[in-house]
Amino acid sequence: MSFLPYAVAGWLFLVGLYGIVTSRNLIHLVVCLTVVQASTYVLLLAIGYRDDATAPIFADISTSRPVVDPVVATLTLTDVVVEATVAALLLSLAVQAHRRFGTLDPDELGALRG
Amino acid sequence: MSAVQAVALVVVALGGTAVVVTRDPARQALVTSVFGLSLAILFLAFQAPDVALSQIVVGAIALPAMIIYALRKVQRREEVEGGER
Amino acid sequence: MSRRLRLVVFGLGAAGLAALFVWGFAELPHFGDFDGAYGQLLADLTVPERHATSAVAVSTFDFRGLDTLGEEFILFTAAVGVLVLLRGQRAGETVAAEPIRAHHPTAESRTLRSVSVALAAPVLVLGAYVVAHGHLTPGGGFQGGVVLMTALLLVYLGGTHLRVGGMRPLTGMEAAEGAGAAGFALIGLGGIVLAASFLENFLPFGTTGNLISGGVIPLLNVSVGFEVMGALLVVIGELLDQRFLIRRGDQ
Repeated sequence: MSFLPYAVAGWLFLVGLYGIVTSRNLIHLVVCLTVVQASTYVLLLAIGYRDDATAPIFADISTSRPVVDPVVATLTLTDVVVEATVAALLLSLAVQAHRRFGTLDPDELGALRG
Repeated sequence: MSAVQAVALVVVALGGTAVVVTRDPARQALVTSVFGLSLAILFLAFQAPDVALSQIVVGAIALPAMIIYALRKVQRREEVEGGER
Repeated sequence: MSRRLRLVVFGLGAAGLAALFVWGFAELPHFGDFDGAYGQLLADLTVPERHATSAVAVSTFDFRGLDTLGEEFILFTAAVGVLVLLRGQRAGETVAAEPIRAHHPTAESRTLRSVSVALAAPVLVLGAYVVAHGHLTPGGGFQGGVVLMTALLLVYLGGTHLRVGGMRPLTGMEAAEGAGAAGFALIGLGGIVLAASFLENFLPFGTTGNLISGGVIPLLNVSVGFEVMGALLVVIGELLDQRFLIRRGDQ
């Protein structure tokens, strides 16, 4: 049972990757990429978790209580906001691709064809 | 591992699968919103309230909004070009 | 490469990756058995050394401040990228004029409009609260910044537009984003000038639990809050062709 968080992280990664590979719409592809990003958040927080520990905020608890790891929370919270903006950048690339090629289907984008 | 964490993990896995399986981007925006909320609950169950705060706003509000606005931009262009032909 | 072939290659690759995952995750400590010394050290040092109560905020802006600087500039660069892509495209074409009320998504629903506009100010205050209390409770620059962004987005959803005196609001948002990013770097440089090293905490730490404590951390929270709000609003404004930030005829 303690394998479940890692299994969910791995599953999200593979499912997102499957969505990217089989996508027929560039915007659908970008959203599947956010699923892959979510798998990294789950993995990071699962690694930092400690049984019977509480959140690393000492505002109302004594400093001697066990807390979960604050470093992974740091990495994940900056990551969540930043990767939303990166997703916006990819969405605007998709909009530009539609303007250039008239289609959102990745199989029909023509520029890379030899 | 508590029951809340186990249930939250299963819901997140199902939500991620649902996001990928939904092919229409407009519907996918709503499914992403639900997936984002379930992720926020999972982060809260993992004792990380800071991350849950960011995830609630970004995953349930900002990201679906950006998807819908990008779709609108694409459809607006299709209307304009369709009208010109 | 045909779709079928691509699926087969993906299937093989995914099977291999899944096997690697199982092998790799089996080596990790069991879930809940985290025993890293570094995280424990940071959590122990938060209150005595920095007089701030949120270990996450102190890690983000003080102990691991350099990582946050990098992440913040990723945010800035992504927003600039969106601007380059979408604004350059619009320069060469005319955007169809759109009257304020017609074809607006929430034009017909009076309830939606009233509720959206009524909520904008309380959410703004909530965002400011979250930013200001970042070093004491869960919150901080990133979280508060996205809440502030939501407040201004509610104005658009309410079917109204922002107008800030004579300045165009989109310029204001760009200024906020730039000021936030520069503010972070300048405060870091202040660490070099006034203390020993870059991003070193050089202000007095104050007493634990006060709003002004933790040294430089509240300032960094505010600058990150401005930057996140500005970046997300600029990005969403570009995706909306600037419709929610200027009124037609104010071009």
